[in-house]
Amino acid sequence: MVTLDVREIWDLLNSIPDPEVPAISIVELGVVRDVRLTDSNVQVDITPTYSGCPALKNMEDQIRAKLLLVGLNPLIKTIYKPAWTTDWMSDETKEKLRAYGIAPPEKISFENLHPFANNDKGPVACPFCSSINTSLTSRFGSTACKALHFCNACFQPFEQFKCH
Amino acid sequence: MMTDLNKALVEFCLRIADNSLIHAQRISEWTGHGPILEEDIAMSNVALDLIGQARGFYTYAAQLEGNGKTEDVYAFHRGEREFRNKLMVEQPDNKDFGFTMMKLFLNGCFDYLMFRDLMKSTDETISGLAAKSIKEVTYHVRHAGEWVVRLGDGTPESHQRIQNSLNELWSFTNELFEQDSIDTLLISNGIAFDKENVRNEWTKMVTEIFAKATLSIPENTNYFATGGLKGVHSEHFGFLLAEMQYLPRMYPDAVW
Repeated sequence: MVTLDVREIWDLLNSIPDPEVPAISIVELGVVRDVRLTDSNVQVDITPTYSGCPALKNMEDQIRAKLLLVGLNPLIKTIYKPAWTTDWMSDETKEKLRAYGIAPPEKISFENLHPFANNDKGPVACPFCSSINTSLTSRFGSTACKALHFCNACFQPFEQFKCH
Repeated sequence: MMTDLNKALVEFCLRIADNSLIHAQRISEWTGHGPILEEDIAMSNVALDLIGQARGFYTYAAQLEGNGKTEDVYAFHRGEREFRNKLMVEQPDNKDFGFTMMKLFLNGCFDYLMFRDLMKSTDETISGLAAKSIKEVTYHVRHAGEWVVRLGDGTPESHQRIQNSLNELWSFTNELFEQDSIDTLLISNGIAFDKENVRNEWTKMVTEIFAKATLSIPENTNYFATGGLKGVHSEHFGFLLAEMQYLPRMYPDAVW
């Protein structure tokens, strides 16, 4: 018997921090796609941020652990469609990232999908001093979802959550 | 019993997955050896994306085959003749960063067009994996393309070296577009895409970047490598597999 309703399960999942960016939850990140109750169980659909994201297994384990505590043994399914996008993050979530020291992703558009498209949106604002006198150090960062920047105003290197 | 269509679909998935996995294995050889720290990190990230893409297609193939197969069986318990990757990606980089970037660029442009077309596949899993992978591949191509331009239009030495890489890798490009009865069957069912249809677009893409990079496509190439579709590989491949599969071969009962 499932004693929790779907809303309560979502709330529980929303208390699980992203293992790599603990300032936001896996729900806020957009990894949890659906929660469905069946007669005796619950199914949770998750989607990877990046295909090879090594944190996905950890997220799955945390979801299972959290739900086992309330007597549920979830069926966790990885889905690929629709593909994860940073556009699913709310403004509130983006503000949490910024407060944590990570420049949040900008809104993306389908037009700049082409690899040679000029998708330069100008410099990324420094999450520490808000200056836009910043430069891209590297397209790739400490995790698949981040790029490295440097702030020429406060001389602070910082990470940006890439538009994806 | 699997239908002929499902058998073809398994083979189709393995071809994509094998190519991404072997490409990733080569790229990951840079981990700890990158020319600068940022590129070291970039290479590990690119390899991780490609391994993730391979996993998606292996997992689908395993699901279609049933009989308890897993993604690991494909990656670690097959020999040279069973791998379907193209010969380009297994070529050793010999610590030449420009060679790696050229390979990532040539193969990446093809993968970009492939995933773009596969997003329209009638197979929901294939179109989903394609929609996922194309975003990552786009980012790789952008990165590699910038390096091709930077090195090509750089110093006389960097120009010469990346031109040499292009000359060497060009004979592996025809294989990108090879297809057989597996493709024909899947195309007629709306699942796969016709590689011949993207050949011109691919040529246009690489030509655009080579013009910026002041590089020229070698003329009079009269030999093009072939063999990946049938599992006939170059002499380098066995060594790559020996390293990649070392642990599960040595400790067959090892688990993650």
